[in-house]
Amino acid sequence: MSETTTRAPRPRKEFRNLSLPEITLTYRLPLAGRLSILHRVSGALLFLALPVILLPLFAMSVASPAGFAAFASVAANPFVKIVLLVLIWAYLHHFCAGIRYLLLDLHLGMDKESAKRSAGVAFGVSLALTVIFGLKLFGAF
Amino acid sequence: MASNNIGNRRLVVGAHYGAKDFLAQRVTAIILAVYTIIFAVMALLTPSFTYESWVHMFNFRWGGVPAGQMLATLAVLATAYHAWIGVRDIWMDYVRPAGLRLALQVLTILWLLGAVVYAANILWSL
Repeated sequence: MSETTTRAPRPRKEFRNLSLPEITLTYRLPLAGRLSILHRVSGALLFLALPVILLPLFAMSVASPAGFAAFASVAANPFVKIVLLVLIWAYLHHFCAGIRYLLLDLHLGMDKESAKRSAGVAFGVSLALTVIFGLKLFGAF
Repeated sequence: MASNNIGNRRLVVGAHYGAKDFLAQRVTAIILAVYTIIFAVMALLTPSFTYESWVHMFNFRWGGVPAGQMLATLAVLATAYHAWIGVRDIWMDYVRPAGLRLALQVLTILWLLGAVVYAANILWSL
């Protein structure tokens, strides 16, 4: 046995790779990885918003013609518009990424190149639709 | 244990909880995707966005059947089941202490059941 292997082990530095700056800045996720974590984030946002933002606004909008008008005036507030746009993005992202996952479940587009391309398509479609809804929401057309 | 098992200490039980949730997550996803597309088509075919046309998207009838309410209720139930699986997965991935995780799971169930009751109350009083 060589001398190096019989020497008492020195205490070694422990490398932990889960600090927030490292997972956000040092390690860059591939496109499909970003799609995946945003799928989770968008789902969590929708879950949190459902009974406290989405359903109260829905209840207001369908209650009566006066409620519908009240909803319109609430939704005219720029802060409310930003909240709604974030939730619209969350829905569209979750929808587009979800369709991609259903296709992957059917073993469609499983190779590395196709998976990367479909992640790009999911981002492209959801962000484009978010921009269209955003322009509509902020009164561009 | 069968020689083709995954690892020699893995005990394969027959409860299939994981498979059931995997399938339920996808079935509810498909229900929601279909409802989203139906809803988007109805919205695009609506000539003017008024209170009446908006409510009609949730209380339309096919024959005597309250199809609008039934489809929306189905979508709400699918949402709750889908969200339960997804949010439970988030707690299982990130929350290690069993007591805290159980508490969060209980709160998640109450949150979603509350949403279902709230949504049903809105929809069926239209």
